[in-house]
Amino acid sequence: MKKPITGLAVTAAVAAAGLALATAPAKTAHAKTLVYCSEGDPSGFNPSLFTDGTTFDASSRQIYNRLVEFERGTTNIIPALAESWEVSEDGQTYTFKLRPGVKFHSNDSFAPSRDFNADDVLYSFERQLLEDHPFHTVSGGTYEYFAAMSMDSLVTSIEKVDDMTVRFNLSRPEAPFIANLGMDFASVLSAEYAQQMLDAGTPEQVDLAPIGTGPFVFVDFQPGATVRFRAFDDYFRGRSPLDNLVFAITPDSSVRFAKMQAGECHVTLNPNPADLQAMADDPEIDLIQREGLNVGYLAYNTEKEPYTDARVRKALNMAINKQAIIDAVFQDAGTIAKNPLPPTIWSYNEATVDDDYDPGAAKALLAEAGFGDGFETDIWAMPVQRPYNPNARRMAELIQADWAAVGVTAEIVSFEWPEYLKRSKDAEHQTLLLGWTGDNGDPDNFLATLLGCDAVRGSNRAQWCHQPFEELVQAAKVTADVDERTRLYEQAQLVFKEEAPWATIAHSVVSQPVRAEVIDWKIDPFGGNIFYGVDLAE
Amino acid sequence: MLSFVLRRLALVIPTFFGVTLVAFLLVHLIPGDAIDVLGGERGVSPELRARLMAELGLDKPLWQQYLIYVGNVFQGDLGISTLNRKPVWEEFFARFPATLELSITAILFAIIVGLPAGIIAGVRRGSAFDHSVMGAALTGYSMPIFWWALLMIFFFSVTLGWTPVSGRISVIYFFDQPTGFMLIDSLLSGEKGAFRSAVSHLILPTIVLGTIPLAVIARMTRSSMIEVLSDDYIRTARAKGLSPFLVVNVHALRNALIPVITVIGLQVGTLLAGAILTETIFSWPGIGRWMIESIGRRDYPSVQGGILLIASAVIIVNLVVDVLYSIINPRIRYAS
Amino acid sequence: MATIDTKIDADVPAVAHEPPAPPSPLREFWERFSENRGALIGMWVIVVITVLAVFADVVAPHSPTQQFAQFQLLPPAWQEGGQLSFFLGTDPVGRDILSRLIHGARFSLFIGLVVVTLSLIVGVALGLFAGFFKGVVDNLIMRTVDIMMALPSLLLALAVVAILGPSLVNAMIAIAIVVLPQYIRITRAAVLAEMTKEYVTASRIAGASVFRLMFINILPNAMAPLIVQATLGFSTAILDAAALGFLGLGAQPPTPEWGTMLADAREFIRRAWWVMTFPGLAILITVLAFNLMGDGLRDALDPRLKK
Repeated sequence: MKKPITGLAVTAAVAAAGLALATAPAKTAHAKTLVYCSEGDPSGFNPSLFTDGTTFDASSRQIYNRLVEFERGTTNIIPALAESWEVSEDGQTYTFKLRPGVKFHSNDSFAPSRDFNADDVLYSFERQLLEDHPFHTVSGGTYEYFAAMSMDSLVTSIEKVDDMTVRFNLSRPEAPFIANLGMDFASVLSAEYAQQMLDAGTPEQVDLAPIGTGPFVFVDFQPGATVRFRAFDDYFRGRSPLDNLVFAITPDSSVRFAKMQAGECHVTLNPNPADLQAMADDPEIDLIQREGLNVGYLAYNTEKEPYTDARVRKALNMAINKQAIIDAVFQDAGTIAKNPLPPTIWSYNEATVDDDYDPGAAKALLAEAGFGDGFETDIWAMPVQRPYNPNARRMAELIQADWAAVGVTAEIVSFEWPEYLKRSKDAEHQTLLLGWTGDNGDPDNFLATLLGCDAVRGSNRAQWCHQPFEELVQAAKVTADVDERTRLYEQAQLVFKEEAPWATIAHSVVSQPVRAEVIDWKIDPFGGNIFYGVDLAE
Repeated sequence: MLSFVLRRLALVIPTFFGVTLVAFLLVHLIPGDAIDVLGGERGVSPELRARLMAELGLDKPLWQQYLIYVGNVFQGDLGISTLNRKPVWEEFFARFPATLELSITAILFAIIVGLPAGIIAGVRRGSAFDHSVMGAALTGYSMPIFWWALLMIFFFSVTLGWTPVSGRISVIYFFDQPTGFMLIDSLLSGEKGAFRSAVSHLILPTIVLGTIPLAVIARMTRSSMIEVLSDDYIRTARAKGLSPFLVVNVHALRNALIPVITVIGLQVGTLLAGAILTETIFSWPGIGRWMIESIGRRDYPSVQGGILLIASAVIIVNLVVDVLYSIINPRIRYAS
Repeated sequence: MATIDTKIDADVPAVAHEPPAPPSPLREFWERFSENRGALIGMWVIVVITVLAVFADVVAPHSPTQQFAQFQLLPPAWQEGGQLSFFLGTDPVGRDILSRLIHGARFSLFIGLVVVTLSLIVGVALGLFAGFFKGVVDNLIMRTVDIMMALPSLLLALAVVAILGPSLVNAMIAIAIVVLPQYIRITRAAVLAEMTKEYVTASRIAGASVFRLMFINILPNAMAPLIVQATLGFSTAILDAAALGFLGLGAQPPTPEWGTMLADAREFIRRAWWVMTFPGLAILITVLAFNLMGDGLRDALDPRLKK
């Protein structure tokens, strides 16, 4: 019976600490508090341990900085904790010059004695890279994104050249490397804090009570209810005009909209497509939209009959009325996709010709492939809402009706999310709906990650390994020259279209309702919510 | 009396064991695991999967995992959430007060409205009041609770703007929560308007969660009342010329309440089941929502621990109800 | 419930042919049942729903799965912009809601029937064994019942469906499992009560077989509470199936099951109230009807409430 008592005591102590920190801003006369209605609990406060956007919103995007970052609202890379960097001739050595005078946050168990320096960069990356690092296994030690971006095989060593210079040595040239460093998992934590907590015997504190250099200081987290932050006075880009930032955790999207109308939150995310019109009509709410960095697709399992035949895939593509899907599923907040890349990414091939909706031609092509009488198949529909597909079951219903018109009888299949992911990775499906939101704005992150041979039985749900495509994508990966890479990727997209392993359905338009008093809100192409730079009108 | 309680307690132990086994089997038999969730659309490399399996202890045979789990449970260790690596105890107690508070207000609401309604309906059997109460009670009992909640939100929060949409208190209030009960903590905080805000957030979830218990209590009270009023001793009391008020309140009510208490006790299970849907819709940061989310994430330790603790709560409440019942009605002790 | 209705229909004329005989128990039951207006209403509503369900193909104006792309989210006929041919409006992919509701009645009744039949057969068998054999069998069964009763039923159903995979059939199995304890307890209690009675002791002494005792002597005496429980079981089953459907674990699209329709319509709560309102109403009315009838049956069968 010891456990619950300690548990309660800890909770009480944390709550008391939170009180001490928070009473000040709450009682200030004109404190500006922005409330953001978020979708769920953050899994933790160290972004390198997790992969979900909800966690990143509550950690990397407010509390931490990275060596390089994406300019808010764009996919452009800008200097952050690194002022500048150089790449060696062979593309295997990156040297970063660090920014001086950057301060860390403090909390009641830690006050920084020094500014940010090379040790912090080494700590943050070596923790993830080196298996014998004292922090490698702390808090579970699953550096999922680090591994997913192949950083573990890519980075051979990280050197501290001097206090303000860091060098990364790579095992091979990798064009997307700098973009990777802008991702959430590459956030920089305080080495000094880590050392202190390690000495105190509570290393996991580093991940629970975060200390960063970012624009907001972590104050308190109440599971299922709120996450609270306050502005960091010494932020190196200047203090945020907001004094307090509160995440009100609200999983249901209709409830989030209701709260927004009631003035209970200023910003929210993932609105119901069905509510978009009402939001646009509401004078107190600005509906901000931009094309998302995503693609929603239907993948054919190219290992299974009859989808081994490109003609069948092509024919079914032509049978799908994508415009009807855009209307009914996306409620017009989407555009028809013809490439596996969204048009917001460089190297998007404008010249690609889509398989236009033509049931007659589809029927003819099916007959040519020997399926004049149609066949039976399945459509797997995801059980969850995603930006690239707000309602997969409804999309499946529409496709089912479209295919029925060309004689193909499809059964809609759904599983709970974890089972869906598992079974589809194991290629149990015949056709399945899924999608992707970009991580770093690099075409490689779509084409190689989703359609490369290495990703078969992984994120390549079409199980499609096609040599001509693979060669183009691999060549682009080790090429530094952007024009040359663009050419290779454009060609790859044509090969993709010819072979049709997917029916590319849509790129969604990401919509975010914000209240009219919110100043300068920008939608993050990566799906994040970034509050530095945002203000509230009085 | 003591032997009765002891006998009942002895029955609890195998039940408790059974619950650990059922909870364990249930979560482990669900296809897909925490690592699949972690991987998302991308998936997890076989190497990382192997490492994680070993680390989470999932690489051992199922029976070994179970023995380890039970062993830990009896040392008071419910394990660590695979999601955020926090102890399950801590996760549970961070959310339990929210569920408890809502359940208490819901059952109080059900009793305060249902009991008098049932009594009056029973006394005035066949009257218009009786018919309308019973009609309403049956409707409430037949209500799909999630639909009811959405209608209430749509009507009272969205259309009329009378109550907040979700959550436990407006986010502008931020204070220490020594008890975890928002009503008490908001009073203790001394912040102006905090209590009011907490109350207004509680109203809709309380009504929604209290609807079914309310219907059950009203119906039970009524039929129990009718039965008692037709008993001989009541007729005698009436014949003796005792005032109807006295007859109902002193003689009949005491006896009529016996089955009602049992029913209220049995509602605890219903409340927890209802709480799953109610909490999900009202974004109430309680146990029900946590369970649903944990199942969705295949967070085995959290689901197992949560089920175990919920079941323990139900078992304890049932035990208390049994004992109370046997005190009020001694016959039951010998009957079973 | 169909069995009861047909029995009544079959028996009433039979009795009429022999006026001098004492009123049969069924007739007595029917008289008491028909005194209860609510119960009668409930029964008739169920009859209407059953007829609609059986003849859905003829009655429904459209196919439940046909998508009228040009008529998405059409309001009900009496609202501006509504059309008479889509009386209750259309859903987001342009299907007629009225037709879906009528076809959905099939699923709801089917769910009720399957769940009640399954749980009745298994529950009664287990309850009989527990009450009759006592000892180890009883202990084993009743401890399992205790365990199941300690778990919140929806959570249990949720987990079972997650294990089996989301589908209508699996949802029915899950619900049948979850409601088992009630049938077991009722049967067992009735058996225990009957076992002490003299006629049982007498037939035992006379050497009646265990099987005969169980099914011929004891079970009929436990019928009344079981019939009531089974009727109410319909409503529980329909509600639970809708809840599972609402959580995305029940029937899969494009099946017009009411709970699944609700889940799908949730996002339209403020833009198209009809998509959300009518399936909920359909569930409420059906469940209410079964509860009304269950109440009437209880009153008619429960000797304690005899006047």
